[in-house]
Order: sequence, then C-alpha cells, then structure tokens
Amino acid sequence: MPKPLLTFPKGGVHPPEFKELTEKLPIEQGPVPKELDILLVQHFGAPCKPLVKKKAEVKEGDLIGKVEAGLGANIHSSATGIVKNVGKAPHPVSVTAPAVTIQVDSEAQAPSYEPKDWTSLSREELLAAVKKAGIVGIGGAGFPTHVKLSPPSEAKVDTLILNGAECEPYLTTDHRLMLEHSREIIEGAKIILTILGINTCHIGIEANKMDAVEAMERAIAEANLNGFKIQLDPLQVKYPQGSEKQLIQSITGRKVPGFGLPFDVGVIVQNVGTTKAIYDAVVFSKPLYEKVITISGRGINRPANLLVRIGTRISDIVQYLGGVKPNLAKVVLGGPMMGFAVPSLEVPITKTTSGILFLTEDEIDTNPYGQCIRCGWCLDACPMGLSPNEIGIYVEAGRAEDTSQFGVFECFECGCCAFVCPAKRPLVQFIRLAKSKAKK
Amino acid sequence: MEQDTIQEKVPTPLAVSVSPHIRSGESVEKIMWTVVVCLLPPLVLSIFIFGIQTLIITAISVASCVATEAISQKLLHRPITIKDGSAVITGLLLAYIIPPGVPYWMPILGAVMAIYVAKHLLGGIGFNIFNPALIGRAFLVATFPVAMTSAWLPPIKHGSVFQYMGSGVDAVSTATPLFILKHYGIAGVIEKFGSLHSIYSSFFVGWRPGCIGETSALLLLLGGGYLLYKRYITWHIPVSMIASIALLTWIFGGERVFTGNPLLAILSGGVMLGALFMATDYVTSPSQPTGKILFGIGAGALTVLIRLKGGYPEGVCYAILLMNPLTPAFEQWFGPKRFAPPKGAMK
Repeated sequence: MPKPLLTFPKGGVHPPEFKELTEKLPIEQGPVPKELDILLVQHFGAPCKPLVKKKAEVKEGDLIGKVEAGLGANIHSSATGIVKNVGKAPHPVSVTAPAVTIQVDSEAQAPSYEPKDWTSLSREELLAAVKKAGIVGIGGAGFPTHVKLSPPSEAKVDTLILNGAECEPYLTTDHRLMLEHSREIIEGAKIILTILGINTCHIGIEANKMDAVEAMERAIAEANLNGFKIQLDPLQVKYPQGSEKQLIQSITGRKVPGFGLPFDVGVIVQNVGTTKAIYDAVVFSKPLYEKVITISGRGINRPANLLVRIGTRISDIVQYLGGVKPNLAKVVLGGPMMGFAVPSLEVPITKTTSGILFLTEDEIDTNPYGQCIRCGWCLDACPMGLSPNEIGIYVEAGRAEDTSQFGVFECFECGCCAFVCPAKRPLVQFIRLAKSKAKK
Repeated sequence: MEQDTIQEKVPTPLAVSVSPHIRSGESVEKIMWTVVVCLLPPLVLSIFIFGIQTLIITAISVASCVATEAISQKLLHRPITIKDGSAVITGLLLAYIIPPGVPYWMPILGAVMAIYVAKHLLGGIGFNIFNPALIGRAFLVATFPVAMTSAWLPPIKHGSVFQYMGSGVDAVSTATPLFILKHYGIAGVIEKFGSLHSIYSSFFVGWRPGCIGETSALLLLLGGGYLLYKRYITWHIPVSMIASIALLTWIFGGERVFTGNPLLAILSGGVMLGALFMATDYVTSPSQPTGKILFGIGAGALTVLIRLKGGYPEGVCYAILLMNPLTPAFEQWFGPKRFAPPKGAMK
C-alpha cells in the first residue's frame, strides 16, 4: 500500500535526474591499472603518515598509511606491487597532496577473504575491525566511521538511519548496491546496531528507486532480525534529500541544531555504501580499498557503474570505457550539485569519490552572471533558511566579514541557491569566500 | 569506437568552476521577456480604445528607456545590459501609466528620470529603491500637472484608430471615472458612464477613459495570471493589495460606512496594473510571504487614503512608491525561517 513519501518541509530543488544513463547497468569490475596514486588524505581529519618507503613491496590490503595524532583513518594499498614513489599526486580540491604511488603487479594473485560469524564478536571487537579497515563515510563526507560509531556517552542515541537517498543527479552507486548487495547492507545494519547498542534502524530511499526499495524489503524479510527493528522509509524525490540534517528531519522530525551533530538529537546516519564496507570489514576482515562509483554524463563513451580500486586515475578509467567525446567540457568528481570540477584526468579516485561526470557543453551552464535582482528564489530554495542573496551582495561589496548574520556558517554548500538563481550568480563561491572571512 | 588516448582527446582546457555545475533553465532574460509578452495584449487593445497614438507613445517610451539605459551604463562605466529586457519593461509600464493624449516628447523625459536617475544612479538593477516607471510618472505629474491630469481621450465608439491624431488635447478631453467619483460621487459616474451593470462589464474589458495600459482588467489579469502560473510572481502582493483596496473602499468610500463600491474601486484607475505588474517588481518589493502581504496591504491602504482624502483622484502610483522604501526593512524583519540556528546566533 502506498505510504505517503517523507520529506523535509523547507527548501530544496528538483534538478533533472539523468539516472537513466546508468541505473540499469549492473556493477562491473573496473580496470586494474598499471599505477595507483593513493592519496594520504582521504578522510575528514589529519593526514596519514606513510608507513612504506620507495621500492618497498606491498600486498593488496596492506596498511600503508596511519594517522599519528588526531582524527583520521587507516589507508591501505589497493593492489599488490612495488612502491614507485612517496611524494605528491593531484588532488581534486587542494591541487596536490601527499600520496603513495604504487606500480601494480598485474600478475599477482588476489588475496582470499574468508567469512566469519560476526555475532560471536563483542562490541569492542566489532568497532576495532571497523577502525582497522580504515572505514570512512564513503557517501562523500569521509568522516572516520569508528569515531562516528563511538558517540559521547551523554548523547542518548536511539536511532540509526541508513542513507540510501542518493539525491544527486546522475549518481546510481547506492541504487545498484541496494539492488545487488541488499543482504550485506542489512547485515551491516545489524552490525552497526550491535556496536551502538540500540535496536531501531530506518533506511531512507528516494522514490525514484522503487526496485531498490523492494530489494531491501526482501532482504529485511529474509534476515534474522533477532530483536532488531529495521524499517524502510521511501522518500520524496527532492534535492538535497540525502543531506544528513534534511534526512533526519524527514524520517524522525528532529532538527539537528546549528553547529551540532546528529547524535545531539539521538541519531547516527550511515551511507549504505559505508554500511556494506563495514560488513566487508567485520565479516571478511577486508580493508576499504575499492568502491563502486558511477561514471556518467554525455561526454564519456560508455557510462557505467564500476567497482574501482582506490588510487585509480581518471585517465585509466576513461581508457577502460573507450575514451571521451569531442564535446566534453567539464569533468566533475561527485555529483553535479556539490562535486568538484577537475582540471586534468590525472586526479586519482579516493574513498569519498562517488562518481565521475563527463559533462558536455549543453549539460553545463557557462553564462556570465549579473547583478542580484532580488527575486528571492534562493531564499525559497535554501533548505537551511539562509540568505545567499545577501551574502553574495556583501561579498561583492567587500563586506564578507559581516555575513555571519545571514547564516553563512550553517551553509553546507548544497548548491540549491546557485541552481535556481536566474542571474547565474556563483552563490556557493561567494559563500565559500565569506566563510573564510566572516567573523563568527 | 576507436580508443582515444586521453591527452589528445581532451581538446580544450576543461572548465573548472565551483559547484553547482548545472543550473535550472531560468534566466533574467527569460523572466523579463516573458513579462514583456504578458504586457503586450493591453497595448494592442488600447490602440482600439484610444487610437494609434498609444502605440506611438509606447514605442517612444520603450526606445527612450533602452537608449537611456545604454547611455547611462556607458557613462557610468558599467556593462551594458539592455538585452535583459528590464528597460523594455520600464518603457512599457511608463507608457501604460500616462494619459493617451500627452505630447510625444513627454515620455522621453519620463524615461530619462526613470532609467538614469531612479535606476542607474541608485546603483543599477537590484539596487534601486523605487520602482523606476513610477518615479518617471511621479516626475511627469509634478512637472507637467495639466497634461498629466487632463490629457484623457474618450474611448473610441466608431471610426478609425487614427481619429485622435493631430487634434489638440483640449478638443477631445474627457474625465476619468475616479475623477468623477471624487468630485461628483457615484451618481456622477452612473450619469456619465451608464448603469452600474454596464460599467462593470465595460470597465472590466477596458472601455473607459484612463492611462494607456491600465484600463483592461481582463487582459491585465490574463497576463498576470500567466506570470502566476510560471511562478514568476506569487499571489501574495496582488491579492492583498486588491483585497485591501476593495475592503477599505467598501468601508470608507461611500456616504456612510459600508456603503462604498468595492468593484468599481478595483476596476478603476491603476489598481490592476499596479497590483499585478508594479507592486510585484522583484527589486522594490519584499521576497518572503509575510513581507509581501504587509506590502500589499500597505499599498492598498495608502491608495484608498490618497483617493479619499488626498488631492488626486488616483493613489496607486504614490502608494506603491511610499511602500518601496520599506522593502529592505521587511526583508530583514520577515526573512526566511532558519532551520535550526545555533543558540546566540544573530537573527
């Protein structure tokens, strides 16, 4: 029977979805390239220090980077081979970053991972397995998962939410994961519930993937729930439905306070891909060194959903998929609303890359921007109730320091404002500039 | 498909910009030119009501506004943006709110005042405080009070649309319904224009003396309705302004309280044009629902105040101009609802 679709009340936009380019393509094994650039910063927190030197031999799954102090996660080698260099590699945001370059031995045999019964492990052992495997939030934020699953004791967490919304256009990785690995995701949910010591889980999935909803429903029915309660919540198709705060409000009605975190309202959120990685880490002791990404857009010869090794360069993926089209204009890592445009194809995949979009001229907008006409559409679109128009005007007038009154620090740069702006103003860019200058 | 090597196949530098990388299909040009199209039907009808000079005056007004904008922007060392259509809208609106019998050079002066002074000297589009077309009209009324308050033409009953050309203003001048209402009451209106029943239908279509583009409530509602459908404007300002005028006229507009005629009030003067196309101007009106409704109520109340107690028979122009400066305050007081502001945050 059709349940009314849940959603958040304020803001949001409806960009065209373009999911049809890849939603029916099953996950395919990606190429194992000749070289991998494994960046030492792939998570929220401090960068890892390399544990290997040039010319060292590494095996697929070996630990090669570790954080010395502060927040961070382990980094492993994605293939067997020899360390070619410990230096720098292109980075999507900070231009270059420290990295370990590995020359891959394509003849090497893949390691075998044997499953074990996780229910015999204690909470501490489960959490240690998550930490050892270097799991971070692979939906995009890259927050170290073993830290997220150890909220402070004052926080009374009672609900786990699995994020299967995948609200960005073009991207279909979570969709395919839910269709093809629903059993593992549900099992991963049970592992997380055990670590947190709670028993309620909601899974939010946008209604443009009803086949995924059905697959997850079947997996829940077949799973041995053992007192756990796992409920599916189909969500209205709206961007940014998968944004943490909006997702929590849609499913539970609770509002995460400004500058707060989900555990402040008793909730922990995990992406379904991260949940599967947790399952792999706990059941198979497999570290996180490969993930599913969507390659889409009209500028790539063959769109696909690929299981790629972390550290694979975009150029190797392009070659594997048959090249790019001549009218390619922009390459974006991530979705079109929040992703990062890259200047070259030598940038490597990281744990938080969700997709690569090859966009042609007519898929992007290169119009010059004009003055704010005060239409107020950005105010209606902003899911956080901020004033992007004022922030933009203040930044242009050289008064970025005075923009905190417009909520600039609550902005998570979803891009709804710039998407609707008829004057094509680069509002997210103004806001990023304002964040660096505004007085808190 | 042949295997393209990567370096060769990326022909030009890749575009790199901050997200988002896609946009909704809307643009300032699209909005402005849609408004222009919605404003054209009243012009076409006015040719048949008042004669061909409405077209001439409008063309002169639009051309003057566009030229003034190009010259102003050049003089002020700013990029020339006449392609966006906003000066064309000002040109149309300025022509629509002046009488059809004015000399052809008058809209030129109005255009310079509206575009150069009220729009570009105040910062250009997005920064002007007052509605430019209304400033143009207010300037003309102050400078040429006789022409602006008496150059009316009676609606054409028979004969060609060229019949008023070449004749002086005095020869065929008449009075507007609001003027007659103010000085002779509703009885005077009925005597001059016919029974109330026939007044309602002829005024609704547009067959009454008045400014060039203000008379046809029917065509203005159709145009405004399309803008509502496209969500370029919302219902808040038009409904609250028209409803306030109707309500306050009903209460205070007659001999005794609650004997005023609300329907006549909203079909006369510049109510429909003002409520649908002037008060809804993005730059000079609030953008959030509460601010919009208060703006509409304020404009409506001031219109009735000026009509009943002020010296002029019509008050829409000044009512909207008086509400315009309150817009920045309304934007700040009635801004969007924040999701969950941190404690101690400003606002």
